[in-house]
Amino acid sequence: MWKNIYLWLDERIGFNDFYKNLLDRPEPKTSWWNTLGSASMFLFVLQGLTGIFLTVYYTPSPDHAYDSVNYIMEGVAFGWLIRGIHHWGATLMVILVFVHMLRVFYTASFKYPRELTWLIGIGLFLTTLGMGFTGYLLPWNQKAFWATTVGTQIAGTAPYIGEFILKALRGGPDLSALTLQRFFSAHIWIIPAILAALIGVHLFLIIKHGESHWPKKED
Amino acid sequence: MSDSHELSRRDFIKVTTGIVGGLIGTMIGLPSVFYLIDPAFKEGGKEAWIPIGKFEDMQVGMPYPFSFTRVQVNGWERTASSFGGYAVRKSDDPDELLILNSRCTHLACTVNWSVDANAFICPCHDAKFSMEGEVLDGPPPRALDIYEEHRITEDGIIEIFFKEA
Repeated sequence: MWKNIYLWLDERIGFNDFYKNLLDRPEPKTSWWNTLGSASMFLFVLQGLTGIFLTVYYTPSPDHAYDSVNYIMEGVAFGWLIRGIHHWGATLMVILVFVHMLRVFYTASFKYPRELTWLIGIGLFLTTLGMGFTGYLLPWNQKAFWATTVGTQIAGTAPYIGEFILKALRGGPDLSALTLQRFFSAHIWIIPAILAALIGVHLFLIIKHGESHWPKKED
Repeated sequence: MSDSHELSRRDFIKVTTGIVGGLIGTMIGLPSVFYLIDPAFKEGGKEAWIPIGKFEDMQVGMPYPFSFTRVQVNGWERTASSFGGYAVRKSDDPDELLILNSRCTHLACTVNWSVDANAFICPCHDAKFSMEGEVLDGPPPRALDIYEEHRITEDGIIEIFFKEA
């Protein structure tokens, strides 16, 4: 009976095609270095899940942000684990995405017909850094506060439009409740939405073109 | 693969991926469930004797209203919760005092004593309770709750025993 249900669904959804094209697609002889993209995506999903769990207790308000993070760490069962994974996963994700980029560069995988995959990859790297930058402020401790002060101040040194950028980032001339709120919004809605969309296109292109060959001597 | 007993390379990868994925899923999934439902396991349970008024101020036939607030720590915040009730005096014996909780047993609105109706009226769904807390009319499933324990101090003040939920 399960077989029939499966066949009925497969006829309408096409699991088999998905399976063949996504997981069973032919690959050139490659190495572990070619798994970094998948690893980055795994971390993205993990960060998404642990991030959703963190919002159950976290409060993006200057009055409560620090205390709520403290509560997650000490008052909630396995809060230390969820936040720990999110914290270390963030660092690991930046590293993995960067090393993935280096791998693509050194194996010259960015060349025709994969230029767009590379350009979108740059977007993915920048949005990943954006996640790191916005997420860093959320615990609202001294390090977070001053790191964001410095980071936004650097953005403010741009000629002519610096002050505008600084105010736009901070939601005003100084770090305030507005800064925390907009960083939170950017961290959980705006940047992840962009990141997910870019990942979708990136993946589509990879499946369309297939993995690139490891370069040979004559290449 | 001619020998069917041998695990093919592909199947080995599939099985390994399944096992490792399952392990990671369990190791993160189970703690996540506990993380989510953790507040349901927390117990308050602080106890206190709360003064509600002087015995001599309570009149027979006229429920004596009282209210008090308790500060509870919920997560990272202190929250003040209000409680209230009516002391119903029947005789000169303070032990016979009936102390009702004014929380309606229907959906937890606060009932008020109405002199005209000679009953406790709940403003939410027109429930009516007698002076003894019995249901007279409306949807409540049971009589008003009672503060079971009370005592009188040397100064003639009635105190009730209160335990946090």
